Amino acid sequence: MTKLILLAVLVLGVIGAIFAVVLYIVAQKFKVDEDPKIDEIAEVLPGANCGGCGKAGCRAMAEAFVKQGNMDGLRCPAGCDAVAQKVAEILGCTAEAAEPQVAVVRCGTCHNGSLNKSQYDGLQDCAFASSLYAGANGCAFGCLGLGNCAKACQFEALHMDPETGMPTVDEDKCIGCGACAKACPRGVIELRNKGKNNRRVYVNCVNTEKGANARKTCDNACIGCGKCEKVCPFGAVHVENNLAYIDYNLCKACRKCVAECPVGAIKAVNFPPKKEVAAPAAEPVAAPAPESVAAPVAEPVKSETTQN
Amino acid sequence: MGGVHPEENKISTQAVIEPFPVPEKVVVLMNQHLGAPATPIVNKGDKVKVGQLIAEAKAFMCANIHSPVSGTVSKIDVCKDPFGVSKPAIYIDVEGDEWMETIDRTPDIKRECTLTPQEIVAKLKDMGIVGLGGATFPAHIKYNVPEGKKAEYLIINAVECEPYLTSDHRVMMEHAEEICIGVSILRKALGVPNAYIGIENNKPEPIAVMKAMASKFEGIIVEPLKVRYPQGAEKQLINAITGRRVPSGKLPIDVGCVVSNVGTTFAVYEAIQKNKPLIENILTVTGKKIPSQHNYQVRIGISYGDIIKHSIGELPATTGKVISGGPMMGKAIYNLDGPTVKGAASVLVIDESEAIRDKESNCIRCGKCVSACPMGLEPYYFSGLVRNERFAEAKDRNILDCIECGCCFFSCPANKPLLDEIRMGKNKVRAMMAAQKK
Repeated sequence: MTKLILLAVLVLGVIGAIFAVVLYIVAQKFKVDEDPKIDEIAEVLPGANCGGCGKAGCRAMAEAFVKQGNMDGLRCPAGCDAVAQKVAEILGCTAEAAEPQVAVVRCGTCHNGSLNKSQYDGLQDCAFASSLYAGANGCAFGCLGLGNCAKACQFEALHMDPETGMPTVDEDKCIGCGACAKACPRGVIELRNKGKNNRRVYVNCVNTEKGANARKTCDNACIGCGKCEKVCPFGAVHVENNLAYIDYNLCKACRKCVAECPVGAIKAVNFPPKKEVAAPAAEPVAAPAPESVAAPVAEPVKSETTQN
Repeated sequence: MGGVHPEENKISTQAVIEPFPVPEKVVVLMNQHLGAPATPIVNKGDKVKVGQLIAEAKAFMCANIHSPVSGTVSKIDVCKDPFGVSKPAIYIDVEGDEWMETIDRTPDIKRECTLTPQEIVAKLKDMGIVGLGGATFPAHIKYNVPEGKKAEYLIINAVECEPYLTSDHRVMMEHAEEICIGVSILRKALGVPNAYIGIENNKPEPIAVMKAMASKFEGIIVEPLKVRYPQGAEKQLINAITGRRVPSGKLPIDVGCVVSNVGTTFAVYEAIQKNKPLIENILTVTGKKIPSQHNYQVRIGISYGDIIKHSIGELPATTGKVISGGPMMGKAIYNLDGPTVKGAASVLVIDESEAIRDKESNCIRCGKCVSACPMGLEPYYFSGLVRNERFAEAKDRNILDCIECGCCFFSCPANKPLLDEIRMGKNKVRAMMAAQKK
């Protein structure tokens, strides 16, 4: 009996040893040389594979870093400066400090039913609804409220507000990867610099229709009057195609345009509320909220349709 | 293969075609056809007459547009179409009803046509004729058979398999001779020996009328067809009449067929024999809960709201949807102020009780959508592929062959929005292919 066991151990041991040698030889022969830096950098990167850098994933980004040898034009938006610093140490170069960015929803409508002119019970997908019609509230440019952006966010930074039906960005969680901006079929979401103390001024509308038509569609629409362009002391505002746009690199957040805008389409966020200049800007945006008296009626309809 | 049998609901078959009164204002969209928008050639303040050319086809895939009314051009601006999307348009304030002198408005039927095939095609282009079966494909492109291809069959689509719609039915009852003359003209343009008029068996009256009339003409054969939706889809109709199958990604002309809607042949007759451009549609106003049913000859550019107001007054309080087109393939109208365009076939008022979709549940893999699909596709599988964004795979499984007839959604016991998903998939696949081309 013991003989049998010994024989088995011996035979298996010899076979194992032979395979080990063969595998070692094969592994040496077909060895792929990979820069150890790739592994090191991949370790440092967040590993969320969000695609915000434009590469297929974090590993692909690490390969791109090593291939290029420096950090010019490559940036991990999820990791911000901390990660950039670590990558720079591994690569032995200097990291340029880049302004952190955040997703901004540039549309001032709401989908709680108070502005709806029709009911949509088709496929709950913005891209599809956009190919069918203008949208429940009639704007062919603005947010459709079906939440493709929220579905695209991997960092739980974007939620559909149940009260307004609009996407809201959690600024602490948003890393500026831009997945939501890509998911939006109408280009409502833009990546903008976070700004000093998170204070930002932006045009809360993307409607390029002529003023009168835009105004007919939505009370908060930019009418392209150009008052903001004239009042801006830094040349940061430009009106093109009946729509104002504030260049975040030039804007110094003085909020002169906010006070000047006749339709309240320019929004200033995260400013202390004490000064009276901030009031006209905050009002039109907050306006839908008090109307949420209608929400209890509208809400069940909404939740029903989202399940469809 | 495939198909379903929806309730027919042809309740407006006995309503005689009435001319629709001209309103005070019309808005003529520049996108009335498949392809590029036409270019306006009139200016603000210009006086126009009925039938005057107001927008020209500059691109290849485009059609001329003529003024449907007489009056003054009040502005050239954008206008919200029935789906709320802004499109370029010409606004005309109506003054009187003065027609172009060239248009023959007498009720006499003109039987002789001495034009050559090339002249016929050129005149179709001048008159802005497009296919009135729904796709609004410019006729001059269809009847200009590309080199190396030969038309053997001319098929006239008088199937009208969509529930509710009766405009083709009425045209056949009232204008059988004009249709047959139109068919003869198209037969001449293509140089084919025979033309087949396909009519579903559930329309015995038009079949009898057309058969009696066709016997007086050379080479026109009326073909009664099995009742089944979508018998009137181009590829299904070709198969039913000729036994040929149009391969995936090919056009009917690749198997020697040209298909034309019966309404188009009437428009062709009027254009070629009477010099009347395409400025009117035959349009059905119907619905189960509305007080009266109508078939109208209505000028393009009149808003849906005006049509409803004149025909039935107010919409019933329980209206759930107003649809342009039939209930299977038509689109719900979002903006009733939007103007009608060439090819608008109906205003269908659907009651609340029938307008809302039932709740969606899970796919039970029953395969009803697969057996209902007239194109032999697998709708349930596309649904999964599209939900998981696997568009390349969907393309390999021929998602672009889908004719959007809606049989899959109609037959699904789980109420899955199969057609919506397939449509979205098609959009994404087309975008993907366009990006690859670049």
